[in-house]
Amino acid sequence: MEILDILLSENFWAAALRIATPLIFGVLGALICEKSGVLNLGIEGIFAAGAMAGWMAVWLGADLWGGLFFAALTGAFFGLIHAILTVPLGLSQHVSGLGITMFATSVSYFTYRTALPQVSTPPRIEPFQPLDIPILSDIPFLGTVLFKQTAMTWLALFLVVLVWWVYNRTPLGQALRAVGDNPDAVDAQGLSVYGLRMGAIVAGSACMALGGAFLTMSAFDAFFFGMVNGRGWICIALVIFASWRPGKALLGALLFGAFDAFQVRLQTEVGAFVPSQVFLMAPYILSIIALVIVARRAEYPRALLTPWFKGQR
Amino acid sequence: MINDTVLSLNKLSKRFGTVVANESVTIDLKRGEILSLLGENGAGKTTLMNMLFGHYMPDSGSIQVADAEGNLAPLSLGHPQAALNAGIGMVHQHFTLAENLSAIDNILLGSENLFAWRRSMDTARDKVKDIMQRTGLNAPLDTIVGKLSVGERQRVEILKALYRDARILVLDEPTAVLTPQEADTLFANIDVMAKDGLSVIFISHKLREVLAFSHRIAVLRHGKKVGEIATKDADEKIISRLMVGADTPTSPRETLSVGAPVLELIDLSVTGISARSSLEQINLTVYASEIVGLAGISGNGQSTLAQVISGLTSPTSGRLEIDNQPVQKYTPASLLKAGVGRIPEDRHHDGIIGAMSVAENLAIESLDSSDIQKNGFLRHQKLKLNAQHLSQKYDIRGPGIEAETRLLSGGNIQKLILARVFEASPRLILANQPTRGLDVGAASEVGKRLLQARQRGAAVLLISEDLDELLALADRIIIMHNGELHVAPGRDRAQIGLIMAGEVS
Repeated sequence: MEILDILLSENFWAAALRIATPLIFGVLGALICEKSGVLNLGIEGIFAAGAMAGWMAVWLGADLWGGLFFAALTGAFFGLIHAILTVPLGLSQHVSGLGITMFATSVSYFTYRTALPQVSTPPRIEPFQPLDIPILSDIPFLGTVLFKQTAMTWLALFLVVLVWWVYNRTPLGQALRAVGDNPDAVDAQGLSVYGLRMGAIVAGSACMALGGAFLTMSAFDAFFFGMVNGRGWICIALVIFASWRPGKALLGALLFGAFDAFQVRLQTEVGAFVPSQVFLMAPYILSIIALVIVARRAEYPRALLTPWFKGQR
Repeated sequence: MINDTVLSLNKLSKRFGTVVANESVTIDLKRGEILSLLGENGAGKTTLMNMLFGHYMPDSGSIQVADAEGNLAPLSLGHPQAALNAGIGMVHQHFTLAENLSAIDNILLGSENLFAWRRSMDTARDKVKDIMQRTGLNAPLDTIVGKLSVGERQRVEILKALYRDARILVLDEPTAVLTPQEADTLFANIDVMAKDGLSVIFISHKLREVLAFSHRIAVLRHGKKVGEIATKDADEKIISRLMVGADTPTSPRETLSVGAPVLELIDLSVTGISARSSLEQINLTVYASEIVGLAGISGNGQSTLAQVISGLTSPTSGRLEIDNQPVQKYTPASLLKAGVGRIPEDRHHDGIIGAMSVAENLAIESLDSSDIQKNGFLRHQKLKLNAQHLSQKYDIRGPGIEAETRLLSGGNIQKLILARVFEASPRLILANQPTRGLDVGAASEVGKRLLQARQRGAAVLLISEDLDELLALADRIIIMHNGELHVAPGRDRAQIGLIMAGEVS
């Protein structure tokens, strides 16, 4: 049975985790924003900006971690614009977010073209290499799946734990959850609604940008136009699938990664009979189905999309 | 030297645009005192307290608060954090609780160092437990607030303030959401706390509880303090005259013999998404020329019942008859046609379309009539004449009949709805919380119109949380609890209250 062979192979699961990594960053970023009550549709553009900024920094001579830092900073910058527009000014989160996506995408392409006007094949950088952890990577199955990923995958997994810890174990997390449920509660206790929400958007956007940076600095080694390819939008759906919980966010990203890895492999098996577009479509359709099943029970942050103004109740 | 005064509001004024919310209000509060702040809706009570708590910045005036040693010091205005630090705690009318956090997390919110890596809650928990024991304010601490009852939420709100060592507690209409029994318990708790040295300001418009529980009464009208009186020297007459500026007119009611059944609910059940929106085997008949009052604490199925009668929800089983005709299709249009006039609970949201003109809103339920339209086109001239006539008849005031309806005040929006409903001469009038949020004048207008409709021979189902209103208007009172109907044994408040709380069935 070929399908079973696919599902049992080490390479398949390693690929699933690899494909899931940018989504983990993205879905965590979206989760951080939305849990505070603000939708950030700038995610697609922030992915592009992160991919561009990280790669460009390394190409200009920064080391890989410096590139990541620069990518996060770029994401934070676009997040700050979104935060100012949607939090103290209270503008439509949809309009502002889509504007950020267009703006950030265009700025990235523009910067790329300005820096490299005549190049047809983009210059390559030396990306993150798979970490070969002695002993552990020799474990049969798990060794290949887990311990041959790059440092960025480990960073993503660490962030899942960190975000979970912050939201469930720290006073800051309590405040961030409260501000997405009832900003008046936060205000009445003397905390700053604006501060918490803007901080969350900036941090979430930085996290999204890391997802973009993974594309140019780990999955590939160069920047291409259109390389984000809807991954940001997938994260917006996944965060609903995850019901705004970090653990489920990881699960959702892995599920999508598995769908995607599976369709590539299935394509080579039965590609002769079925048009390739069907396979490309499959992960998205399966995501929609999963969403339909799960989203009805999702616990939306009550204040999501509702602007809050000081002195108005 | 210990000063007996813990709080002094000094000539506070606040305007919103051209509207004066407060004008030069001066109030002092003593240690251990319970002060009632009384006034109609829109008299400026809540604005005043929001200035005290730093939500609003006063235009002029100052506030002085006693510190722990009892020395008065000026309060920095416009900062909730400053008010909290000065020992002022406020319990808002709409609770400021995060429903996705547990009660204890809500209490601690903002009191911990935000950037700590972990939380150590043992000392905090001990302190909260100690407060609960001292005051009798009990609430399950580890339950998510979304799952608590309204009374429990209110206790969490008060605990929140006390945990922050509040020496002055402001309660904004604390009993609006409670049963009479819960309210009594609350006041007993407050009494204990006041004896312990806590100073309390409680905002209300219910004369009865103000007279029963406070030490001193300050009355606001149109943003100004119009009187201050020790409770022992006050009675209902004196205070209501201060509040309204004149004696309130009471509508005369005549004894009528009831007519044929108009509305019949037969074994009607609705399975809603939650228990709060379900109905259980409802049987009810409302006759012509009678007003049936439906009492109950909000969230016991009244809204669902109103939705069924308005055609917004279909019953899961059972049926509804109007004039002995079973309703076939539960749509707003078919029930409207059957003769149901609806005064909705949320008048801004369900009663009008804010962006459309007053004239259009007046005609919106009679678009089929040839007076309004011809061959699918609106007859603007008729629309206008109709609106002019009704504005005059029902005293709808505002920027004019062509103006957007959302610009009207709450009272005038309600008059617009009354005009629309009563002009259609409905067989049944469903009035859901028709006087909520209205001032005394507008509320008595609503009462008058309902009595007129009864006189005319209409059946009225009046849903209200205000027992006094029901006792004044209704011929019969029934009580809803947990989606079930109970017949009130009489007109005894205490009895009705017990049934509202579900303690007697």
